[in-house]
Amino acid sequence: MLLAGLLATACAAALAPGAARAVPAVTTMLCGGGLLLDFIYLATGAVPTALPLPFGLPGFGMSLALDALSGFFLVPVLLAGACAAASAPDRPERSAPLLPAFLAGMLLALLAGDAFGLALGFEAMSVASWGLVLAGGEAARGRRAGRLYLGMAIMSGVALVSALALLLPTDGLLPGFGFGAIRDAASLPAPSWRGAAVLGLILIGAGSKAGLVPLHAWLPVAHPAAPSHVSALMSGGMTKVAAYVLVRVLFDLAGPATPAWWGVPLLVMGAASAVLGALRANVEGDMKAALAASTVENLGLIAVGLGVGLLARGSDLPVLAAFALGGALLHVLNHAVFKTLLFLCAGAVQHGAGTRRLALLGGLIHRMPGTTLCALAGAGALAALPPFSGFASVWMILQSLFAAPRIGGLALPALIAVIAALVALSGGLAAAAAVRLIGIVFLGRPRSPRVAAADEEAPRRLAVLRVLAGLSVLLGLFPGLGLILAGPALEGLTGVALEGRTGIWAIAPARDAPAYAAPAIAALLALAGLAAAVLLLRRRNGGVVEGRIGGLAEIPRGPAWDCGFAAPPPWLPFGDPATQYGGLSLAQPFIHLLGRGLLGARESVDMPGPGQTRPARYTLRWRDPAETWLHHPVLRLRHWLTLRANRMQFLTIRRTLVVVVSALLALLIVLAAWGLA
Amino acid sequence: MTALLGLAALLLHAALMLAAAPVLVGLIRRIKARLLGRLGAPVTQPWRDLARLMRKEPVLAENASPLFILAPAIICAATIVAALFVPSFALGMSTAPLADLIVLAGLLALGRVVLTLAALDVGTAFGGIGASRESFFAAFAEPALMLVVLVLGLLCGTTNLNVIADTLRQFAPGLSVALGLALPATLLTALAEMGRLPVDNPATHLELTMVHEAMALEYSGRHLALIEYAASLRQLIWLSLIAAIYLPFGMAPEGAGPLAWGFGLLAWGGKLLVLSLALAVLEVCVAKMRVFRVPELLGLAVLLGLLASVFLFLGQGFA
Repeated sequence: MLLAGLLATACAAALAPGAARAVPAVTTMLCGGGLLLDFIYLATGAVPTALPLPFGLPGFGMSLALDALSGFFLVPVLLAGACAAASAPDRPERSAPLLPAFLAGMLLALLAGDAFGLALGFEAMSVASWGLVLAGGEAARGRRAGRLYLGMAIMSGVALVSALALLLPTDGLLPGFGFGAIRDAASLPAPSWRGAAVLGLILIGAGSKAGLVPLHAWLPVAHPAAPSHVSALMSGGMTKVAAYVLVRVLFDLAGPATPAWWGVPLLVMGAASAVLGALRANVEGDMKAALAASTVENLGLIAVGLGVGLLARGSDLPVLAAFALGGALLHVLNHAVFKTLLFLCAGAVQHGAGTRRLALLGGLIHRMPGTTLCALAGAGALAALPPFSGFASVWMILQSLFAAPRIGGLALPALIAVIAALVALSGGLAAAAAVRLIGIVFLGRPRSPRVAAADEEAPRRLAVLRVLAGLSVLLGLFPGLGLILAGPALEGLTGVALEGRTGIWAIAPARDAPAYAAPAIAALLALAGLAAAVLLLRRRNGGVVEGRIGGLAEIPRGPAWDCGFAAPPPWLPFGDPATQYGGLSLAQPFIHLLGRGLLGARESVDMPGPGQTRPARYTLRWRDPAETWLHHPVLRLRHWLTLRANRMQFLTIRRTLVVVVSALLALLIVLAAWGLA
Repeated sequence: MTALLGLAALLLHAALMLAAAPVLVGLIRRIKARLLGRLGAPVTQPWRDLARLMRKEPVLAENASPLFILAPAIICAATIVAALFVPSFALGMSTAPLADLIVLAGLLALGRVVLTLAALDVGTAFGGIGASRESFFAAFAEPALMLVVLVLGLLCGTTNLNVIADTLRQFAPGLSVALGLALPATLLTALAEMGRLPVDNPATHLELTMVHEAMALEYSGRHLALIEYAASLRQLIWLSLIAAIYLPFGMAPEGAGPLAWGFGLLAWGGKLLVLSLALAVLEVCVAKMRVFRVPELLGLAVLLGLLASVFLFLGQGFA
């Protein structure tokens, strides 16, 4: 099928250097076709189907399976894949064959019908994207990012495989790997430690790929290091695969009767990720790093939705569970669209203006109006403003949080109140981050001569941006469309359909309850905006309304008032760049208040004494505490293990034989013991 | 019939809100002036200022982008739509099913974000300072507001403003501890969102202390008029919101006729008068805070909101 096509593309591209040029086009077509097939599948009722493969583990084989949940998650991944491939650079790079391989890994993880396939796809995705991170951009930064990424990927792989192994049925001689067998096993009573271990391991395995706090620090380093279209696919697609693994294991494979407290770690990690991610999005000085940090925030919001869903399902509130899970799934879709869009916009900026550093950018709206418009649509969704797409899903997640205290107890509702406050704080921080991205990069005056001469993005890639921006706006106006795609999956996982509560025109937390009606609000906004625009665009000598924006050209212009500052000298054509607020100064209040505690920020101001003419200097140093306390120990451990393992390469033939034979013996003993038990 | 009444109430409400917003600004200024021993300008002065600004020719900065020119219209539109959602004298307006509190907060945030973007557009230091501070305050006002919404949502079973006002009007819970704690949280949030003392000084002309004024610094003529108008409307929205939730008496119920509206109108006017008086007295008594003290104030609001929700969990059946 599709998977085979992508793999074949990758192989063909890897073997024949001449074919590399066609890779992006073929990948785009395959993804588009797959997306179409997936839509048809979801629209026709999403009947689960399985396809045994003729290869795989000896004795067990492997199978592909498509059900409503896989079908839903295929949408964001294929969409991000198609758009990323369509905006690949014109001149193929050496890493081009890795892109379809990366996509194939993600698709295998989504379509796997057994634990082996899931783990295999997950690891293939990790390895291929690691290669892409290494291949992208600046050598030194890429290598550092690659090291960090590899360490975290190994950790997450180990945790994921162990979690899946714990889920496997243990009765009978040898376990079965199929999801069906795992589900059957989950309905049997099991020691309670095993459930807790599965939860903990899956939170490490999938959570570190999704960038949940405290496993997040690698993400804002590794995602931006890859080429922009790959970063878009990593943030827009790969994090969704991690979310899929979370949903698949916690809601599906772990059985229908998971305890309610399973939601609590997800809630806590999600809220912490939301706040820390949004804060880092305000502090990062690189456009793509800020976007990657905001990915951490959005995955945190998704985790909060999943947490409420687990909590409600475990407390026999399937209606609330379906709504919370619906919010999380809708946010998966929304985030995939707008984050892919924004990363591709960052790529356009890098391409057109030659840099991604906020300290050098500015005023691109005049040079790149098309890109700016698309970035505005993405930023509106990022800031979760109505009627843009991020708002609807955040609204659903907030509504489910507001209903969750009804679950009972005293500690749990108090915790939920704190979580709601943190989610709201992250919303405010995300809005600030969106303002910072747009305001510093696209508005204001250029901060360097190269940026003042930036070029608009090439038409092909601009068209991709427009498609994504259009999709984002469409999802914002009609959030019900996304929920229709998620509908069969929700019904399968919670046993309750969202019918009667979500439609094209409105989404409501309960039947016959007041709702969020995005189209109506957008229509009202358009009406009021039109009235205000009529006032605004009047010709000055009468009440005649000007045709559209044509009247803007007639408004007289003068130097900026700026409270009477003198006009800049002629050798500074855009004024002194230092007299305008920059990315760091805009975020300084947040750094001062929150960054010191949460990001370990240290500010120092060097103020000249009276009479001295040297300038004052402000320096900021910060390092995410998670990087110091978690990531570096993991990296050191990996390095140490690698050095130990490396010795095996230089063993004498005798010792090699001893190692091989003893490994074989140990395996046989384990198998024999298993058989006896 | 009810639908027609709802439509009529909405039209009257919209006209009154749009007309009253600048008058309220004039009223607060007038009360403040009298408290300070000055005579003060008539309450219609803001309307006259707006009319004067509409007549004047705007001047744009040389590098202003189309976003800068369209921003006033977007800000105005978001605020007007928000104004349609907050009940004033009657419940059950045609927009009642849409009047979700989170959506309301989102619409106000939309206006705010567009204004901060416009402030950054020309690339001046003052625009940046205003944008930075506005985003900063808003990020801390949001949690307090959402906790209040949580409390109201749990008390009334929904986050729809119309239903909340109706529930609180009919089953006045008396001196509920949760509501009593949510009230100061709302008031503190409202002070920050309206840009009043001690968070922002609406009367300032000293550049370094400005927040809202700094963002609108590069605007002139009718562009400035729309922004000033939206700011006054935002203030009326907040005061009406507080009145609808915490002083719900006197509002005409859904489907009630014009007679009840008359009573509701009187009650609404009285409530606004009381709130303006309180605001003016507060502004005369306190001074503006340092920027970094404001999050402490809003942190207090968050704490009150948390306490309110905890008291609610303790007091209600599902505790």
